[in-house]
Amino acid sequence: MKYEPVIGMEVHVELSTKSKVFCGCSTNFHAPANSNVCPVCLGMPGVLPVINKRAVEMSVMVGLALNCTISRWSKMDRKNYFYPDLAKNYQISQYDLPLCHDGFIDIKANGTSKRIGITRAHLEEDTARNTHTIGGGDSGVDFNRCGVTLLEIVTEPDIRGAEEAFAYLTELKQLLRYLDVSDCNMEEGSLRAEANISIRPTGTESFGTKTEVKNVASFSGIQKAIEFEIARQAKLIDEGGKVVQETRGWDADRGITFSQRAKESAHDYRYFPDPDLVPIVVDEAWEGRIRESLPELPQARRARFESGYGLSAYDAGVLTAEKEMADYYEAVVKQGCAPKQAANWLSVELQALLTEHKQELTASKVTADRLAAMLKLIEDGTISGKIAKEVLLDMFESGKEPKAIVEEKNLVQISDTSAIESAAREVIAANPGPVAEFRSGKEKTFGFLVGQLMKATKGKANPQMANEVLRKVLKETE
Amino acid sequence: MSNDWYKKTAHEIRDAVRAKKVTALEVTESHLARIEDVDGKVKAFTDVWADAARNQAKAVDARIKNGEDVGVLAGVPIGLKDVFCTKRGTTTCCSKILKGYRSPFDGTAVERLQNAGAVFLGKLNMDEFAMGSSTENSSVQITRNPWNLDCVPGGSSGGSAAAIAADECAITLGSDTGGSIRQPAACVGCVGIKPTYGRISRYGLVAFASSLDQIGPFTKDVEDTAIALNVMCGRDPKDSTSADLAVPDFTKSLKADVSGLRIGLPKEYYTDALNAEMREKIMDAVKVLERQGAKVVEVSLPHTDYAIAVYYIICTAEASANLARFDGVRYGYRAPGVGSTQELYTRTKTDGYGPEVRRRIMLGTYVLSSGYYDAYYLKAQKVRSLIRKDFTDAFEKCDVVLTPTSPTAAFKIGEKSANPLEMYLSDIYTISVNLAGIPGLSMPCGLVASGLPAGIQIMAKPFDEETILRVAYTYEQKRGFEMGTPTAVK
Repeated sequence: MKYEPVIGMEVHVELSTKSKVFCGCSTNFHAPANSNVCPVCLGMPGVLPVINKRAVEMSVMVGLALNCTISRWSKMDRKNYFYPDLAKNYQISQYDLPLCHDGFIDIKANGTSKRIGITRAHLEEDTARNTHTIGGGDSGVDFNRCGVTLLEIVTEPDIRGAEEAFAYLTELKQLLRYLDVSDCNMEEGSLRAEANISIRPTGTESFGTKTEVKNVASFSGIQKAIEFEIARQAKLIDEGGKVVQETRGWDADRGITFSQRAKESAHDYRYFPDPDLVPIVVDEAWEGRIRESLPELPQARRARFESGYGLSAYDAGVLTAEKEMADYYEAVVKQGCAPKQAANWLSVELQALLTEHKQELTASKVTADRLAAMLKLIEDGTISGKIAKEVLLDMFESGKEPKAIVEEKNLVQISDTSAIESAAREVIAANPGPVAEFRSGKEKTFGFLVGQLMKATKGKANPQMANEVLRKVLKETE
Repeated sequence: MSNDWYKKTAHEIRDAVRAKKVTALEVTESHLARIEDVDGKVKAFTDVWADAARNQAKAVDARIKNGEDVGVLAGVPIGLKDVFCTKRGTTTCCSKILKGYRSPFDGTAVERLQNAGAVFLGKLNMDEFAMGSSTENSSVQITRNPWNLDCVPGGSSGGSAAAIAADECAITLGSDTGGSIRQPAACVGCVGIKPTYGRISRYGLVAFASSLDQIGPFTKDVEDTAIALNVMCGRDPKDSTSADLAVPDFTKSLKADVSGLRIGLPKEYYTDALNAEMREKIMDAVKVLERQGAKVVEVSLPHTDYAIAVYYIICTAEASANLARFDGVRYGYRAPGVGSTQELYTRTKTDGYGPEVRRRIMLGTYVLSSGYYDAYYLKAQKVRSLIRKDFTDAFEKCDVVLTPTSPTAAFKIGEKSANPLEMYLSDIYTISVNLAGIPGLSMPCGLVASGLPAGIQIMAKPFDEETILRVAYTYEQKRGFEMGTPTAVK
């Protein structure tokens, strides 16, 4: 039978507030175990939580960027369960009145655009981190993470496949990075994604039994886990079996999902409003101030890059994928460089070097100013594009100014007609065979002769002039 | 060093210390000697900080010698219910589960008292985690009523109340979730106030039921209550529920003037169920105020009958979460020899808590459970709103509501401990005040035939402690009798 997958995603994002959500402790991830702690986040007797205003603002920023309605009045609730990573044995979270709800995000997958509904985004505190000795015996709890600001973003079951799930996560991460509210580092756990997956016969409306895939370390891992899970469920049903509602882990090495625990339908968190905290009131004025503070978001920037700079949809997409890249690009263009050329040099040539050397754009010695200076040298004819590649590599390694490199290495382009002309005569004299072929109508051979001319000038001849002059001399000497 | 400074009020001590008529150390020594004399009988203290108190007193004296302004509680000896977090000593809530627990910080109220020049004498007995009305639920000891050592001092702040009545402290601190300051104050014949919810920061008060808990002082007279409130009230950034309101100078309310004041007597409180002797005492007090120009009006608080049920749903629900943290993982008692995490929790909690605390945790867990939440917790919250509205309506017709504090005078030790429901009824007149979040004060209005004190409760609108203090002060000045020293500690 043919099946349609039905997927909803839950993403937990650690918001990059300087201090934790209910106390003044630092949120620095790299601090020694149990050093960023205080009586409040350790749940000592007699303490009270006080909400971090910035955490609310950041959550509202995300909510607005996800086209959500922001609750004028919401509250924090206690979610009760016993676990050693939970200092109070309840987590302060939001139950029936989330801060943000009923939004959407547009994604592109399989070449088409699609809208994914956002059910809610709610504020809560992160738990501590439990570690266990290999082979068991000892367990330790690091409370540094306990109380770090967490935003849980839940989608509608609108996602119809692994590729869409990947596109959703990519788009969401891009949005969060643009908002500068999280570093979205999956390895450090600042972004954690879970997928609720079920399948149903294509064309039917009711939902099948879902499984929840958790603890996957990368977006591509989630994509693979979903693909696997869809196939596993389909095979199970085709063979007359039943999908069991459960939480499944992902074994990246073997490429399979595996059962972690059956979902206790009886798990009762006994939510109730936290009497230690007052309601969160976001009035129109505050929401307005937060809305005004929002940076330009990826989709808007993409559109502006296309219309404003005349870039292709592909180039605009590549350049805006990371906010840093887009900012860099605009810094180059602002210096008067041709947009299309700047796009090519950045997204192709420089990007290749960065990828090869596993370097971040922001850490590169090729600053936006230097790249712009180099592009100007091309534009004013001082160097050719070919020479520029050499200059770029030098800049990438040495961090020198492009002008200095050109002077040092004597790379200035030959734009002197007589010099090129004499070189052209030498090339013609030295290559009688190809010249004869060209004259007999084999236009292709012209390229070879240009190449020989460039070689003779050590690549410094102005390519356009080389073309013109060679043609002229070929005609003259016919 | 024998002197009778222990008999004095806080303001008398403060004035004398500031005027250098006595040193803070002499006052402290007087109280320590008094504790030595009577606490073997009363058993109010669970921990006496004699040396630390002397050092604190010496520091106060040194600052006075330097001409510094030490504060409005200069040299005043204060005792703290063991529910307050203090860096000094232990903070155990008189529970085995916190035995030996040392808090890393002083709570806000304690800090403010200390900054006002107070000298802390130690920690006082209480019902475990403030759950009880007799202080019999303490895991440490049973506190006796200074008027009759066979009787309870009320609870849960029984140690704090008894220590005032027995002249062991000039001021003590208590907490009141359903009457835990006012009911023991009535039982031992001293002044006790539960201010408006939000008046005093709860930071450093170990939580029982967060939406009901309030801190308040026990004092020998109304003036001392005003002084203690001046020190402790006001916004605290560490407590989101503390009110961001200007705090008046409460000592300005100490005027014997109630002319034109409307006293509301809720008909639901003055029924046949009220003990005749108690009613007579209350009516005598009302007459005193009427003679001063106050007028009596009948008011109605129609949802009074539901208060106890609502209270025991809300307070147990909140407690079930508040007490979840005592799990043996990070601090406090840990059951030995456990094999799994599950067993760690179960054994630690079973061994660590007394029966009343376990009962309330189970009750609270039940009322929050899925399938029961709507019928119990949610319904209780709705009725709580109705109770609050009852008071809003009543205060349209009157300025204060006067009721008995407790249905009877102090009962015998052991008399109600076998019957929790009967014990819960001890708070029948005090619970609504917490549910409504309004202020309430209890003060003595004489002795009943058995020689035990009776208490009258004065309630007012939220944040109108000033009117309460004015009425209480007027009554205190005009009632025409002194309570005197309790018979058992004379």
